[in-house]
Amino acid sequence: MRWLSDNTIEHLRSITDDPDFSATKYKVVKEIARGGMGTVYLAEDIELGRQIAIKVLNTPELDSGLARRMVREAKIIARLEHPGIVPVHDVGTLPDGRVFYAMKFVRGSRLDEYAAQVDSIKDRLRKFQAVCDAVAFAHAHGVVHRDLKPQNIMIGSFGEVLVLDWGVAKLLPAASSEADTLILPGTNCDVRTDKPIDTAHGTVIGTPRYMSPEQSLGEVEQLDERSDIYSLGAVLYFLLTRQAPIERKTAGATGQSATTVSIQRPRELNSKISKAAEAICLKAMARSAADRYPSAVEMSADIGRLLDAEPVSAYRENTVERIGRWLGKNRFLVLLVLAYLLMRIFFILTAKR
Amino acid sequence: MSKPLIGILLGAVLGAFDGLTAWFTPAVRDQLAGIVVSSTFKGIIAGIAIGFFARKFHSLPIGILFGLAVGAFLAYLTARFAVGGYYFEIMLPGSMVGLIVGFATQKYGKAPAVAHG
Repeated sequence: MRWLSDNTIEHLRSITDDPDFSATKYKVVKEIARGGMGTVYLAEDIELGRQIAIKVLNTPELDSGLARRMVREAKIIARLEHPGIVPVHDVGTLPDGRVFYAMKFVRGSRLDEYAAQVDSIKDRLRKFQAVCDAVAFAHAHGVVHRDLKPQNIMIGSFGEVLVLDWGVAKLLPAASSEADTLILPGTNCDVRTDKPIDTAHGTVIGTPRYMSPEQSLGEVEQLDERSDIYSLGAVLYFLLTRQAPIERKTAGATGQSATTVSIQRPRELNSKISKAAEAICLKAMARSAADRYPSAVEMSADIGRLLDAEPVSAYRENTVERIGRWLGKNRFLVLLVLAYLLMRIFFILTAKR
Repeated sequence: MSKPLIGILLGAVLGAFDGLTAWFTPAVRDQLAGIVVSSTFKGIIAGIAIGFFARKFHSLPIGILFGLAVGAFLAYLTARFAVGGYYFEIMLPGSMVGLIVGFATQKYGKAPAVAHG
């Protein structure tokens, strides 16, 4: 009797783990990313001849919460038609029972990679404003992302900004009452309502370093748009300082940190950050949800004002700072007037001789 | 604020300031009032022309060049009729004022809304 080598067994296991797309119009090119819930593949849409990304559930359990969550994720993204949210093309089930959905394949880099490459804070803020706009759109449609972080935001080849991974998104009551029905062909997976797979109270989901204090404490019922505002603030913190506001690994530890420990001020890490930018960041990351921006629209507006060198709502500047900001904004005009005055002084001095 | 209004205000202020500096030239100090009035008037005329130009054409370099040309031309006329032939002393600041007004009217002020038929 001849035994199979470890390498052969590993190879056979990987083949059996690979999703079987033979009954679909997709052909897998390569694996892009693997998470706890699903794996994302780069694939080719054979009919349309274009590359797409396909997220496939790791396990073929049709009636499991994971399968329903995955379909729900696809449905949530599908209802969010916005340039800043990656569009879903298709959803279905593979012959082995695994649920999948196909979406646009975004070429580019993740926001954390982008931040590492781009030195201009203004450029980073412009991208961040686009993130705020996409999140504001989702909020307007009753969807809270709950896992906003630089790794879930892509910057496309042409500078477009796309928010990804809506797998743990929460539908706010008004939106979840819209009882859409989706029955996957070949399965009994009927996604008639989102309520059965809503996260139970006390469950901590999301990424610890970027989640709000209430989210890290598992206060699921209390989570609303302002929880995303906190995460947006944490993403802004990262863009300004190139490091996460809380460097802890576990949700429990972060829960303690976010509620009890003060976050280091961004300007202590990078003195180039303006006081106004820091104020926006810290307002969004206020411990109490009531002290944060009430909406992503207002946060985006403040970022816009910051970029236009106008006063922001999060920071009350003194007279000297106001004058400094005005001079900075109109420096060319100020230089022209100064040149004119210097010329005048020159004429006055020469006229006296 | 509209672009012509910015042009008029800036032209008037800079023109008046331009005229007031004549006080430092002893030879013309007794004509100061006339110089200030004519210089302010010149600034207003330049401001109107440059402001309306900025309303019509939206280009920073062209606006600056137009301002410079208008300022230089008006200053040339002033210098030509002025006693003493202070061409350089009048034309250089006058051109500079036109340049500043040209820049400011392109950069600031509200452009008229475009009507859609």
